[in-house]
Amino acid sequence: MPSTTLETTFAGIKCLNPFWLASAPPTNCGEQVMRAFDAGWGGAVWKTIGEPITNVSSRYSSIDYNGQKMMGLNNIELISDRPIEVNLREIEEVKRRYPKHVVIASLMVESKRDVWHDIVKRAEGAGADGLELNFGCPHGMSERGMGSAVGQVPEYCQQISSWVKEVARTPVIVKLTPNISDIRMPARAAKRAGADALSAINTINSITGIDLNTFEPRPNVDGKSSHGGYCGPAVKPIALNMVQQVMSDPEAALPMSAIGGIGTWADAAEFILLGAGTVQVCTAAMHYGYRIVEDMADGLLTWMRRKGFHTIDDFRGRSLPNVTDWKHLNLNYKIVARIHEEKCIGCQLCYTACWDGAHQCIHLDRTLPEPDTKRTPQGIAVEAPKRITTTPIAKLDLNGPGAEGRYLTPLSRIPRVDEHECVGCNLCSLVCPVPNCITMERVDNGLPPQSWDERVALGIVPEAAEHGALPNPNA
Amino acid sequence: MSEPFKFFEQSPHSPEIAARFPDLHPPFDQTAAVAEANRCLYCFDAPCTTACPTHIDVPRFIKKIATDNVEGSAKTILDSNILGESCARACPVNVLCEGACVMHRYNKQPIAIGRLQRFAMESIAYHEYPLPFRPAPDTGKSVALIGAGPASLACASELRRRGIRAVVYDSNTLPGGLNTYGVAEYKLTLSASLREVDRVAHLGVEFHMKTTVDADMLDRLESEHDAIFLGVGLGAIHRLGLDREEMGGVTNALTLIADYKRGATTGMSGRVVVIGAGNTAIDAANASVRLGADEVTMVYRRGPHQMSAFDFEYEHAKQEGVRFLWHVQPVGLKGNGKVEAVRLERLESRTDGSLVAVPNSAFELSAEHVVLAIGQSTHTELLGGGEAKPEKVKLERGRILIDRATGQTTNPRYFAGGDCTNGGREVVDAVADGKRAGTAMAAWLLGAADGGQNA
Repeated sequence: MPSTTLETTFAGIKCLNPFWLASAPPTNCGEQVMRAFDAGWGGAVWKTIGEPITNVSSRYSSIDYNGQKMMGLNNIELISDRPIEVNLREIEEVKRRYPKHVVIASLMVESKRDVWHDIVKRAEGAGADGLELNFGCPHGMSERGMGSAVGQVPEYCQQISSWVKEVARTPVIVKLTPNISDIRMPARAAKRAGADALSAINTINSITGIDLNTFEPRPNVDGKSSHGGYCGPAVKPIALNMVQQVMSDPEAALPMSAIGGIGTWADAAEFILLGAGTVQVCTAAMHYGYRIVEDMADGLLTWMRRKGFHTIDDFRGRSLPNVTDWKHLNLNYKIVARIHEEKCIGCQLCYTACWDGAHQCIHLDRTLPEPDTKRTPQGIAVEAPKRITTTPIAKLDLNGPGAEGRYLTPLSRIPRVDEHECVGCNLCSLVCPVPNCITMERVDNGLPPQSWDERVALGIVPEAAEHGALPNPNA
Repeated sequence: MSEPFKFFEQSPHSPEIAARFPDLHPPFDQTAAVAEANRCLYCFDAPCTTACPTHIDVPRFIKKIATDNVEGSAKTILDSNILGESCARACPVNVLCEGACVMHRYNKQPIAIGRLQRFAMESIAYHEYPLPFRPAPDTGKSVALIGAGPASLACASELRRRGIRAVVYDSNTLPGGLNTYGVAEYKLTLSASLREVDRVAHLGVEFHMKTTVDADMLDRLESEHDAIFLGVGLGAIHRLGLDREEMGGVTNALTLIADYKRGATTGMSGRVVVIGAGNTAIDAANASVRLGADEVTMVYRRGPHQMSAFDFEYEHAKQEGVRFLWHVQPVGLKGNGKVEAVRLERLESRTDGSLVAVPNSAFELSAEHVVLAIGQSTHTELLGGGEAKPEKVKLERGRILIDRATGQTTNPRYFAGGDCTNGGREVVDAVADGKRAGTAMAAWLLGAADGGQNA
């Protein structure tokens, strides 16, 4: 039986594992990159090299959520502030010491053919295993006609990519910006120009917040701020969608190094299932340090063994066929919510969610003489204060919380799903805090699968209802 | 309106007592409070709210801590319970809100509701009273409240909220009743209780302290006011009925606790025997340990499973170093002008639950202090009956009989709540009683149409 390995080949580049550090502060210098390799990272995309810039202070701001720090991170830092020759010298040294590890040179220079030719040759001369063209940086550089100013215009993207391909001997990865209505357009342009691979997504335009005492936005630079690039766990769903869009498009699909909110092995697995060959990590490493890669590798290997996969290629893209247009979804598929009452803790979050946020089909009538589907949350809230409660005196009040059965959920607090009315939306199971307490169960309605598309074809629904007057840019 | 912190400024502030009775449950700081608040699931029709006798909207006030709206959190608490700070500190939360928390069935760790409530309340403790409501315009109605304890304070607040004059009479120097004089200082300080009374005073409640209401005065109050609220609590602690009970060194739990809280006693020495095994007995025993007694023994005629103290109070007393002698009862006191020992005999339980003395089992337990904590009498004398006058309200086993939902007694002009109606429960029960009575009194005085929430 073959052993399970994380070793993989990406656009011709041999990788010890699919975990790369994205071009960002964690890959600012050679000393950092070597420590990262020691920690277990398979590759690093160097902090973007170009004519040195001057940064502002401060540079980062973040969104916390319910006590969790850095759900989303925003930065207004520019590309490397160190001279090109220093970066290249360090790349050379890293490659000499870590020949099996991948070093990708991220590049951004002004949009001139000879300038690009020059930087490509110098980076490859330093020993870079590949080049990543930074067409995504959304702040600062874009105001100077670089970064996302290139990525947002497919023609520019194609032009510069082809200049690079004229001289490049190593694989060329074009990094895409999400700040565009259809990410497939620049991806197709890159592919037309002969790019070897893509990476997506770069950061998303964002303002993370306003200081409510000073009315100044964050990150604060002398009382002012500028839109920055958003990343971290919050952007993962957006990144997954964009990676899928590119990878499902034959005119755009290329080897994909996925980026966006990846911090765990499970995140990585999801991107690989949507076609990514490697993944790039930044925010999680900025938050917790390089050491996170240990569990990313260990967890992914464990999962692969459990699933019977031996290599990354065994499952890469496996979920792509499962993503389709809405019109192909089975309209006759029916599920309903089932509450496993032995697990129910009686929080009633499913109840209030269903009434206020969904379809009013969960009821609190288990102990009423007969089902009551008209009783609203507001009605219960009015009745509740009328209950008279007293402190149970130990040994006297046997029905108090001190008595036996203290931790059982009273039947009156366990909600009931009206399965005939349940539309199977999932909301109750999403808000339920207890694992597997609410499951969505398939109901056999005896109907064969049928999609909207098929209904249109059968003439059951008019075609005009599907296609509007305007062409769908995402179609 | 009274000047701010009028009563608070009368706190004795004894440094010895502060040093001997530090917080049993230290308060949360902002970071800890927010982290804990974020654990709350925000249940709908939450069991913690139902379990609270005053129905504080617990998830709502906790959510407000999480969103950094602490003033709103405190107002949410006060809206349901004007004594939210003392309840946060004195409530037996593990049989109330925290006992009902669904987290027991989730990760086995209930939300620290009491400590969160204390955090919210203390965050506004020294503000100029951000109240959840203002007194309503004067309706011309007036109520006399007998006793300045939690039931009366809660009732008075509800009355002021509805524009009814509230005049409180109490024989003590300081208001607050057992909140001020009777709750263990490591749970609720006397000064915190007074600060809370100041908030009630700020609503325009009038206080007549050092005023003992007897039957004659009650007649006069009846003629001057539209209704009377009885929040008189319980009376003196029962006596053993043994010879030489007046001897020096013999005291009762409530006096002991009140004396150290007032700063009148700041230390103790020698051996202490506490007779009784209720929550008050435990408070007295723990207080004796902290005041410096050499050895503190609680004696009880039954066993640990029959004691009326909460289990967690029993555990706490053991940690404080209190010794327990079970199945014994005092049969005599020894001493000459000053107590020297308690004479005890052993008891056995019969299958029917009755207790019988074990023959020839008597022994002596040396003690320089004997503290009685064997239950309190009731205030039957005030409420008449007897030869001279018809009784004002109907009593049952010494407790004033009320309609639970309204606090109304058998005499429609008299309402009552707190220990004098329930035989002695928790602060929060008294507040709930007072709140229901205040709301119902207003409805009764102003007519049902206007008696509801018009504030």
